[in-house]
Amino acid sequence: MTIDPDLQGRSYPAGETYSVGREAIRDFARAIKATHPAHYDVAAAAALGHADLVAPPTFAIIVAQRADAQLISDPSAGIDFTRVVHADQRFVHHRPILAGDQLVAELHVDQVRAMGGGAMITTRAEISTVDGEATTTTTSSILVRGEDQ
Amino acid sequence: MTVSLASLEVGQHIGSATVDITRTDLVRYAGASGDLNPIHWNQAFAEGVGLPGVIAHGMFTMGAAVQLVTDWIGDPAAVVDYQTRFTKPVVVTDTTAQPGQPGAVVEVTGVVGQIDTERSTARIDLTVTSAGQKVLVKAQAVVRLA
Repeated sequence: MTIDPDLQGRSYPAGETYSVGREAIRDFARAIKATHPAHYDVAAAAALGHADLVAPPTFAIIVAQRADAQLISDPSAGIDFTRVVHADQRFVHHRPILAGDQLVAELHVDQVRAMGGGAMITTRAEISTVDGEATTTTTSSILVRGEDQ
Repeated sequence: MTVSLASLEVGQHIGSATVDITRTDLVRYAGASGDLNPIHWNQAFAEGVGLPGVIAHGMFTMGAAVQLVTDWIGDPAAVVDYQTRFTKPVVVTDTTAQPGQPGAVVEVTGVVGQIDTERSTARIDLTVTSAGQKVLVKAQAVVRLA
C-alpha cells in the first residue's frame, strides 16, 4: 500500500456525536489508574466549581481516535492499520470536558512526510460541543511503517 | 487549589509515582478507550508484527503519567495542555499466573520546567521510564494556576 501524498490538507467533517457519560469517565479514569475524586464523585467535582464529573486530561483521545478512524479506514488514503505506530500526541484544552457534553470532532490532515518506505502523518482533531463551543484540540502523529521497516 | 504560582520555582520537584502494569490493565484500557489493536493484548500477533511482545498503549502510559500532575495541582481541569512523544514501547510480560505481580513498571517524576506569570501557567516536565529506559520524551503538562 502507498500513502496518498495528496492527503495533506484533507479534512473530514464532524461525524457521529459522542455523548460523554459519567460511567465512561469513571471507566476511563480507572483504566489509566487515575484516582482523583473529580473523575468519580459529582460532589467532589462541584466542590472544585465543575458542573459534573471532569474527564481526565487524555480522555479526548476516545473522540480523536474515532475521528482518526475516518482517515485510517478511508481506502483512498492507503493506510495499513497494522503498520501504524503512534509517534506523538498533544491535547490543548480550551475548557475541561465534563460529563453531559455532546462532542463532535472535525479532522484535519496537517502534514504528510515520507519516511523511508513509509510516512509520518500528523492529524488534528478540533473537538467542540454540538453547539459549537470548542473544548479540545488534539494533535497526533502516526508513523505508517513501510514494508521493509 | 493548593498550589500557587508565586510558590513555584523552575527546577522544583513536584513528586514521583510508580505505575504497575499487568496484561489485565491493558485489556481494561483497550475496552475503556476503544483502542482494540491486538498488539496490546495478543502475544502471537505482537511478535508477528516484529514487536518483542505485548506492549502497553502509548496512550495508557501518557494517561497514567499525568496523574502525578493532577494529584499535585488538586484539579484535573487545571491541565490545559499535555503532550508527549512515544519513543520506546513498554513491554508487558504475562504475569496472569502470578497475581499481584506486575508485567511492567513505569516510573514518573516531575519538575517545574517553566513559569509564565502573564498567562498564569506553569509547565511541568515529566520523566517517564520503564526498565531504565525513557518511554515518553518531551512529556510536558501545562497547568493553569490561581
